[in-house]
Amino acid sequence: MKLTEIRRLLDCDVIYGEDLLDDTEVHSCFAADLMSDVLAFSRSGALLVTGLTSLQSVHTADVADLAAILFVHDKRPGDPVVEVARHKKIPLLTTRRLMFETCGLLFGHGLQTAGKE
Amino acid sequence: MDELVLYRETFTITGDDFEHGGDAAAAVKAVLKDLGLDPAIIRRLSIANFEAEMNVIMYADKGRMDLVITPSAIRVVVADRGPGIEDIDLAMQEGYSTATAEMRARGFGAGMGLPNIERSTDSFEIESVPGKGTTLRYSVSLPQAPKGQGQEAPEQR
Repeated sequence: MKLTEIRRLLDCDVIYGEDLLDDTEVHSCFAADLMSDVLAFSRSGALLVTGLTSLQSVHTADVADLAAILFVHDKRPGDPVVEVARHKKIPLLTTRRLMFETCGLLFGHGLQTAGKE
Repeated sequence: MDELVLYRETFTITGDDFEHGGDAAAAVKAVLKDLGLDPAIIRRLSIANFEAEMNVIMYADKGRMDLVITPSAIRVVVADRGPGIEDIDLAMQEGYSTATAEMRARGFGAGMGLPNIERSTDSFEIESVPGKGTTLRYSVSLPQAPKGQGQEAPEQR
C-alpha cells in the first residue's frame, strides 16, 4: 500500500514527506508505544504506528530501517523531532483515529504484521 | 592476537540527555552505511547501539561508545560512569527494570534493553561495578570474503 493511499484511508495530515508519499510503499506494519518492542520484533520496511512523539520514535524508525511513522490520536512531534525526520527522510503522518481503529483499518486493507513469526 | 583495525571512532553519551538520545547510534549507523556494509548487519548493530545508548542516558552520568571495525567483525564497547548493576542476572531478565516514568514515556525502560542487545549481536559481555559503572562489549560478525584477503590462511584442498 502506498503512503498516499494510507493518507487517504485514514485522512492523515502529512507532517513531513509530502513528496515521498507516492514513492513509499509498505506491506507490513508494527504498532507500539514501546520502542524496545519495535527494535526487538519489527522487520525492516514496515510502517510504524505509534502514539510516541519523542525523538526516540524517529531514531527507532531510523535504526530499524522502517519506512515511515504514522502517529495516532492526532499526536504531533515537536519541530526538533520533525527536523531529524527530514534529515533522515522518514515521512511522518498523523491521523485523528485511535491506535485500535488505525490498525484495524490498515489490517483490513491488506497490511501484514511486521513482527517475528 | 591483535586484529587489523579498519576503522575506529569514539562517541560520547551524556546521562539524562534525552533530547539527543539516539544520536550516537545514528552517527555509527551513518559510518557503517558509508562503508557500504550489509544493511541487515547495520540494522542489527544499530539496534544494539541504540539500546545501549539509551541505557547510558537513562541510568548513567556519562559514557562513551567505542566503535572498532576489523575484517571479521564490528565491535562496540559502551562504558559508563554510573550506578552500575547490582545483579546482572536479574537485569538480563526480560521485563526486569528500574526505570522511571520519564524513561517509559520515551518508549524505553521496559526491561528489554540488555536482552535486546544480546539478541541482536553475535557476542555480548557485561561487566559492572556497583557505584562505579557498567561496560558492555558486543559485536556483530562480518561475513568473510570467499577468497582469502590476506588475513586468513589460504583455503586448503
